[in-house]
Amino acid sequence: MKTTLIGMVLLSLTLGAVRQAETLQIEGSTTVGPIADTFAEYFKSVYPSLDITVKKTGSGDGAAALIDGRCDVATMSRFMKDKEFKDAVGNGIYPVAHVVAMDGVCVIVHPSNPVKALTKDQIRDIYAGKIKNWNQVGGPSMPVVPISRDTSSGTYETFEKLVMSKQAMAPGVEYVNSNPQAHARVKTTRGAIGYVGLGFVDTSVRVLKMDGILPSRQTIASGTYPVTRPLFMFTNGYPKLGSMVHKFCTFHLTEKGQELVEAKGFVPLTNY
Amino acid sequence: MNDDTSLTLTLEPAADAHRPLVLTPGQDLSGFLAAHLGRAALFVITCSSVLAVLLILVFVIYRSVAFLTSYNIVEFLTDKAWYPTAESPNFGALTLIVGSLYVSVAALVFAVPVGILAAIFLSDVVSWKVRNVIKPIVEILAAIPSVAYGFFAVLVLAPWMQKTFGFTTGTNALNAALILAVMALPTIISVAEDSISALGRELREASYSLGATRMETTLRVVMPAAHSGIIAAVVLGMMRAIGETMVVWMASGNATQIPQPWWDLSLSIRTMTATIAGEMGEAPEGSAHRSALFAVGVLLLVMTFGLNIVSEYFLTRAKKALGKS
Repeated sequence: MKTTLIGMVLLSLTLGAVRQAETLQIEGSTTVGPIADTFAEYFKSVYPSLDITVKKTGSGDGAAALIDGRCDVATMSRFMKDKEFKDAVGNGIYPVAHVVAMDGVCVIVHPSNPVKALTKDQIRDIYAGKIKNWNQVGGPSMPVVPISRDTSSGTYETFEKLVMSKQAMAPGVEYVNSNPQAHARVKTTRGAIGYVGLGFVDTSVRVLKMDGILPSRQTIASGTYPVTRPLFMFTNGYPKLGSMVHKFCTFHLTEKGQELVEAKGFVPLTNY
Repeated sequence: MNDDTSLTLTLEPAADAHRPLVLTPGQDLSGFLAAHLGRAALFVITCSSVLAVLLILVFVIYRSVAFLTSYNIVEFLTDKAWYPTAESPNFGALTLIVGSLYVSVAALVFAVPVGILAAIFLSDVVSWKVRNVIKPIVEILAAIPSVAYGFFAVLVLAPWMQKTFGFTTGTNALNAALILAVMALPTIISVAEDSISALGRELREASYSLGATRMETTLRVVMPAAHSGIIAAVVLGMMRAIGETMVVWMASGNATQIPQPWWDLSLSIRTMTATIAGEMGEAPEGSAHRSALFAVGVLLLVMTFGLNIVSEYFLTRAKKALGKS
């Protein structure tokens, strides 16, 4: 009798411990990282016993982690590639995409630059090295300093796919390894042109109209701005309803979730 | 074993008076085992660091084999086009090799004169007390994390150079070289100062006694005598510069180009280390791109190993020269 009692106490204790140690592993894109971070912060305040870790190293790493079963949610700023999908299915993992927000890749220049709009082709020619001076696009005579994100970033991939359309970047293009650094370089360099997510645009740089459309919440959410991309969270299968993973991947649909997405400078999918 | 016991006995007869002079077989065996096991354990621990180096070498070479066997190595070393993610990828690493050597040599141009003069100042000019204050401070430079240097390069040095010199871009070879020079300084000063001050008083006094001035003594006697150590210091500084990643990744601009004209330090360049760090994240496992990055790593290892051998050679010579005098 006594032993059973002790056994039951022990069992409930271990169960409690197991429940307490509920974990949520999130890994992937540096672009989606801020969204995952603020969601995780909010979840921690609502479910104090939940153990959330957010890793932000790149979309490719997120996909790899999901394929290996090392994370519950892979955050990605691009859709999964063919090969990643095949590898996942080969491992018995069935990736399901949840679009959590929209992101526009905004082209920015130094605030002193009189150029206010460029076409997508002009931007491509700048990064391909065909346009080397601002006077070729109606600006003052001043060499263009094109600044790109590093080739391992999701922002680069989106830009390359949607703007460069298979043209190679010129040898003179500079590479920086984060959105804030791209912003800092453009802010301090008169001839610079760079591209960052909408969340990193502020008044210290000038955002260019592309093909006549200024990137904004409306133009990006509706997809009229030419360089717009959805941001994803991938899970293995559709998460069990009511599970923590399910709550996390659908959190962007709640009013609080949309508020947090917007606070980070991204565009929520729905208007509330 | 027995020797040890007797030695202890003579030193502390009272404390060890109860210890038998002849060990039992059990004690003998355990003593033997303890000595040899201890030796073996220490040997294994020492070997593990050697093994780590070897494993890294083997791993990097192993991962690069796929690329080195399938791609034309001559083209890899001499082609200028590095387009790893293009439709038909091109892996010409010449630009990266030139970039690495370019900033490292430029850094040395700044760091060597300053470093050697500082070393002479610390060893031969200033008082011992002041030297003992300055040298640790110089060595603190080596303890600053490279990412902190990188931030300084991007946020302070780059805008300043654009404003002051009118460069179109502030993250360029000059920026990276200046920061690398500062980072290589502690190594150069420390090693050069050690070898100069290790020469001893006799040499200098002998020179003075022959009527040489302080300047003559330093330039004609001390410097030639310490040249091995100074060369080693320079090579070690070069190694520091060529292997540095974070600073060049942030400060050099990472443009895949060889400066035209060659002396134009205001142009952006890209180094081997920055390329590996920047592209490894998204190069898919098993792809030619990833293997090519490992091949760049092998190249870098070969370079630093070569420099290491050179510095070892000169350090040994410096030690030998000291032994003779």
